[in-house]
Amino acid sequence: MDIDKYIASGILELYIAGTLTEDENLDVLSYARKHPEIQAEIEAIEASIVALTKATKPTQTSKYNYTTLYDKIKTTSENEVKVIPLPKEKSNWSSYLGWAASVLLVAGLAWMYTQNNALKNELQISSQETLSLEKQIEEAKSSLVKSEELLSTIRNKDIQVVALGGQAVDPNSYAKAYWNKKEQQVFIDAQGLPEPPDGMVYQVWSLKLDPLTPTSMGLLENFTTDDNRVFALANPNESEAFGITLEPAGGSESPNLEQLYTLGAV
Amino acid sequence: MELEVLVEKFRNKDEKAFEKLYAMYSDSICGVIFNVVKNTDIAQEICQDVFVKAWKNAHTYNATKGRFFTWMLNIARNAAIDEVRSKSHKNSKQNLSSDFLVDILEDKNDLNLQVDAIGIKSLLSHLKEKCIQIIELLYFQGYTQKEVAEELEIPVGTVKTRNRSCISQIRGNISI
Repeated sequence: MDIDKYIASGILELYIAGTLTEDENLDVLSYARKHPEIQAEIEAIEASIVALTKATKPTQTSKYNYTTLYDKIKTTSENEVKVIPLPKEKSNWSSYLGWAASVLLVAGLAWMYTQNNALKNELQISSQETLSLEKQIEEAKSSLVKSEELLSTIRNKDIQVVALGGQAVDPNSYAKAYWNKKEQQVFIDAQGLPEPPDGMVYQVWSLKLDPLTPTSMGLLENFTTDDNRVFALANPNESEAFGITLEPAGGSESPNLEQLYTLGAV
Repeated sequence: MELEVLVEKFRNKDEKAFEKLYAMYSDSICGVIFNVVKNTDIAQEICQDVFVKAWKNAHTYNATKGRFFTWMLNIARNAAIDEVRSKSHKNSKQNLSSDFLVDILEDKNDLNLQVDAIGIKSLLSHLKEKCIQIIELLYFQGYTQKEVAEELEIPVGTVKTRNRSCISQIRGNISI
């Protein structure tokens, strides 16, 4: 570079004035380090400005000097430097303890919440079970009442028991008729009859023997769903025997003797 | 001791180095401040504050900010201009003219009694008014090259060359 031209440009005067950018300042500094002429020129320019500005200071002796400056620096820095040490250890301990306690509390609450939910579910299931058990008890009671009624009915002194034996169609089948002549009622115990096939039904007949005249007493409806298979039928007839035949659904006018399951004389 | 070493020690809060720098530059810094605030008491107080500030911010000085003197000059100008712009200063109805040096040379005001007018005149002897204006704006008021060009209505490039020739005349006056 042309050092004289660089110096003559006037950039060094602006460098002292402080109007250059930071990058330009660094450029000038690096040139000054490489070239002593530039360094000397900078110092000469600075000296002239220092002299000029010095001449413009007030002539009256200042009440401030380096001693007052030094004192001010000391007092202000003391005020700024004073730092009150904080008690570290204690606050840490208690805050850790506090955090630990709150974490435990949260965990505990969560655990209790889930436990509570589980108990609620169990309680609901139990009460449902209780309900169904109560229902079963109720049903058992009512069935017991029915059975007792039935038992007292067939123990009635006016009851005449007629055993109906198995016939050729099914020799193993049997039935019993409990006839209350006074009240004109017959209870047929059909426990010993096989379940009728679909579309068929047992029909009970009151028979007169001489001459043989059958009279329908009724059908054993809902045979499969009836628990105790005891059927109450009205019987105003002067019966001499009872027979049970298998007939098409709805019953027949006269018995089909080929499907006579049981028969018994009074 | 070499200036560079001195400044480096100052950056590391060496009080001895700071005392030497204070001796070297405090009058100049106070002069710049007085040029702006034009009140002896206020100028001397601000001058002390500027050195306190420099000490507190010693670690922030580096070569990107230019010479140490230039860095001090910047702090001083900013502090002085802040003072002039503050309310209390406006209330004191000081002369806010920036023609401090011109006025002194022409004996226009009583500031001559507060400064070494003879010394100033000898340093600025034979300098034309346009030279004195440019020096005042660049060194005392802290104008940029562009701001000076606008203020004096001259091309930006002219500011640089004219300023150099003006400073050269002062250097000539010093060596006489």
